[in-house]
Amino acid sequence: MAYSFPEEVLEHVFSFLSSDKDRNAVSLVCKSWYEIERWCRRRIFVGNCYAVSPGEAAFRGFQPRAGGLGRLRVPVDRGDVGAYPLLEEIKLKRMVVTDECLELISKSFKNFKVLVLSSCEGFTTDGLASIAANCRHLRELDLRESEVEDLSGHWLSHFPDNCTSLVSLNMSCLGSEVSFSALERLVARSPNLRTLRLNRAVPLEKLANLIRRAPQLVELGTGAYSAEIRSDILLNLTEAFSACKQLKGLSGFWDVVPAYLPAMYSVCSGITSLNLSYATIQSFDLVKLVTQCRNLQRLWVLDYIEDSGLEALASSCKDLQELRVFPSDPFGAEPNVSLTEQGLVSVSEGCPKLQSVLYFCRQMSNAALISIAKNRPKMVRFRLCIIEPRAPDYLTLEPLDAGFGAIVENCKELRRLSLSGLLTDRVFKYIGTHAKKLEMLSIAFAGDSDLGLHHVLSGCESLRKLEIRDCPFGDKALLANAAKLETMRSLWMSSCSVSYGACKLLGQKMPTLNVEVIDERGPPDSRPDSCPVERLYVYRMVAGRRVDMPGFVWTMDDEDSGLRFS
Amino acid sequence: MDLNLKATELRLGLPGSDEPADQLQSSSSHVKNNKRSCSEIDGSCQKQESGAPAQKAQVVGWPPVRSYRKNVMEQQKKPDSDGSGFVKVSMDGAPYLRKIDLKLYKNYFDLLKALENMFKCTIGVYSEREGYNGSEYAPTYEDKDGDWMLVGDVPWDMFITSCKRLRIMKGSEAKGLGCL
Repeated sequence: MAYSFPEEVLEHVFSFLSSDKDRNAVSLVCKSWYEIERWCRRRIFVGNCYAVSPGEAAFRGFQPRAGGLGRLRVPVDRGDVGAYPLLEEIKLKRMVVTDECLELISKSFKNFKVLVLSSCEGFTTDGLASIAANCRHLRELDLRESEVEDLSGHWLSHFPDNCTSLVSLNMSCLGSEVSFSALERLVARSPNLRTLRLNRAVPLEKLANLIRRAPQLVELGTGAYSAEIRSDILLNLTEAFSACKQLKGLSGFWDVVPAYLPAMYSVCSGITSLNLSYATIQSFDLVKLVTQCRNLQRLWVLDYIEDSGLEALASSCKDLQELRVFPSDPFGAEPNVSLTEQGLVSVSEGCPKLQSVLYFCRQMSNAALISIAKNRPKMVRFRLCIIEPRAPDYLTLEPLDAGFGAIVENCKELRRLSLSGLLTDRVFKYIGTHAKKLEMLSIAFAGDSDLGLHHVLSGCESLRKLEIRDCPFGDKALLANAAKLETMRSLWMSSCSVSYGACKLLGQKMPTLNVEVIDERGPPDSRPDSCPVERLYVYRMVAGRRVDMPGFVWTMDDEDSGLRFS
Repeated sequence: MDLNLKATELRLGLPGSDEPADQLQSSSSHVKNNKRSCSEIDGSCQKQESGAPAQKAQVVGWPPVRSYRKNVMEQQKKPDSDGSGFVKVSMDGAPYLRKIDLKLYKNYFDLLKALENMFKCTIGVYSEREGYNGSEYAPTYEDKDGDWMLVGDVPWDMFITSCKRLRIMKGSEAKGLGCL
């Protein structure tokens, strides 16, 4: 281009781009835009590490490595680290991260502010110590549900005395006890602290002391919610809670002793988000708490709440938008609680704003699903898990096609759907016909034939992610809809009927797709082409094929050999 | 079944195949479920099932409960949150508490002997009617419901799964039902 803006101007313009998508797009326009963009890139988010390769411009310097999960590799070479000098935020999901990595991050990026590691693994509390010690401006450290090797609680004491920038700390997944006095001092000197999620090892007797030092908290995750029943502890806790006028979210609640729940009653009217999904308390106590939270928008709870509890919820919490009910005993042969489809129906009747549901239960009927669909046409996310695979309508013994059909027909805004129970190809016909805004679909133990898959791939215009297990879907539907896969982010199929031959063909014909066969029985070409593969993962990628796969993953590419090993 | 795929212009058929592929209906019980390749319905990158008491034949990775959640729920079933058999023992009047590992003992007799040794006291012998009558001490424990119970009433195996902590009561409190 003969005339173009000076770099500084472009850099200034790009610095207004906050969306990751926009950033990625900009960096792909041309080399100079790529260079300019990365100089002012502040955030990196990797949600699907498989799509990130050494070549992918937006993630240069962060190479996913082998080991199943993508491994974050921050290069040791100073030149590469200099690639993102202004980097402030890293958010990763389901990736392997090492202590060396964390140390390098902590020392390389002077402005580093936010680290969110969601369901990650591979690091220890030593890595956390580096982050605590070296990131002078750390605002957010969130380890949600990561599996951290817990060497000791000493890492927390590495936050220097002059670190006062903390806004959010989530250490709920850690096992070891941290030094309570270090924690107390850290909280006391962090005036901007809004979110504090403690781990189980923080005892209830000491919770009041912490809360007292942070009455500005908006989100609190308690530690273990149990102690000897003593009136002084209860009084202390009640007083501490009552000072928290801004509290909107509560979580934690391991080992709950119900006698201590009333300590929170004073904040209940302000609570919009309540995560009781680890609280093993009975319906009676759950109801007492939940019905006080008149402004509740989001509730995560165990099935101990039972149908009666959900009915009470439906009467009291008219602002409820999201409900998740988790199973307390998912692998038990018999139901241990009285939670059925009726609970969900009650909530769908009573809560006009309900739009997001995750529900584990042991029985379902078409009538209930039709009812739910008619009650809540604005449903956006509907995930139902009936615990027994292929369970029919328990009243009529028919498949649940009609019920889920009603869901997709009535709920025109539906973006996410997870199916379960006995389902034939018919339900997929309904989905293909009606679910035009559906972006993510999860299917298990369903369908009769390839027609099912074909309906979904040919009908669901907005589909981005499709995951399937144990369904009789095979080659025909997959190959006939190969072009569709280019418009999707990913397709996952396990224990289906897709043959190795079809995978090879797909890989050959679709060069913009990464077609990976994951099979632990050894190289797929040691078996006939007609043999079905254990797992198939197909995703589109901007920058070519992955080279870092572990030994049980094979890529189907466009060479005649059809197979490339890592 | 008529797929009518010829109507779709994008058909890519395997050479010479017009028959549906072999329908291999597998319930995937032979497939290990390792921690990789993120699919939420496969159990979201689960570790291998370990230690979960299988009450019926399980389909691997179903229902789709995350391994993180499974671990937390498992831990909460155990008597002490650090996952071992260790429970705190307090003795009325003593300046500090002790900890013992319930897993080391096979029965109440062994446990009580160990407690007597640790706290230099005589607890005596349990009887259903009298409790520990005659002794200055009464061993009690807090169960999962938060109630304080007399040690010895329930079978040993039930005791060790429900005991969260121990307290050796002393003095008039310890006399219990006998002096009501």
